[in-house]
Amino acid sequence: MLKPEFVYVTYIETTPEKLWHALTDGDFTERYWFGARLRSDWKVGSSFEMVRSDGTVSDAGKVVEVDPPRRLAYTFVNLSDKYKNEFPALATFVLEPYGKLVKLTLTHEGFAEDSKFYSGISKGWPAILSSLKSLLETGQPLEIPYAALKFEN
Amino acid sequence: MNIDDFKPMTVYTIYIASTPEKVWEALTSSEFSRKYFFGNSVEVDLRVGGAYIVRTPDGALHISGEVVECAAPRKLTVTFNVNWPELIEKLGPTLVTYEIEQAGEAVRLTMTESHDRILDDDILSGGRQGWPAILSSLKSLLETGQPLTVKMAPPQQMLAALRKMGIKTP
Repeated sequence: MLKPEFVYVTYIETTPEKLWHALTDGDFTERYWFGARLRSDWKVGSSFEMVRSDGTVSDAGKVVEVDPPRRLAYTFVNLSDKYKNEFPALATFVLEPYGKLVKLTLTHEGFAEDSKFYSGISKGWPAILSSLKSLLETGQPLEIPYAALKFEN
Repeated sequence: MNIDDFKPMTVYTIYIASTPEKVWEALTSSEFSRKYFFGNSVEVDLRVGGAYIVRTPDGALHISGEVVECAAPRKLTVTFNVNWPELIEKLGPTLVTYEIEQAGEAVRLTMTESHDRILDDDILSGGRQGWPAILSSLKSLLETGQPLTVKMAPPQQMLAALRKMGIKTP
């Protein structure tokens, strides 16, 4: 059986440089990523963290690939007890110019077959990336409460 | 046809700053669909058993099907059969379900493409290439008033797989 892999494609009216900034700047991610600031110096091998508004770290991993404004990859896993037996999975973002648009492809892979974290990220990414698209195109992120994602416990 | 025989093979979820009613209208109105669906026009008789068709920009019949479930503005299920010779005989019918849910101030739209037999990834690649572009453009249109211009090459991987099965493609 194939291990689970999550792939999400969206098209955004923006430039690769603006999208790169939106994916790597903590002040910007806080606006569309359920309040999470991404924290890293974005060097290969450096630490990668998602920081909540109260300063605590929700998810952590390592930077794997940095090729601005084309490819960004990092591993992370959520640190809550719910996922305590899970290991960091690899999220790769590919940014391709597409006429006046940018095609963004996210591939998230390396989960165990029965990964609960996989089921969590599968619900999270469409909301995060939809809000990112809205913010870049309209200046406003989406107002989606975390509870509306209907995570399984 | 029993819809319980169909298994989801492609699922795409997108959140839109809109209302369920506006998303429903975008999915079912001919004039609206032309703006985000590569110029194609959706014509649907919104009752179970009603016709569901998609015409290309030149008016040719591209997809024909019928309404299987209709609960405005929350759920629409239609058969969605591309009108190429022998396609339905060899691949079976395609089912498309749109689910529309309120999620805070936004709307969650989930598109599920289901089939009654296992199809390989090459065949499914056409839909997997098209849906993100169509639904990204629908979102932009509802949020900004302007659709995206996504100029997409024909899905070669899918077309080659269909030809190999003896299905005549344009």
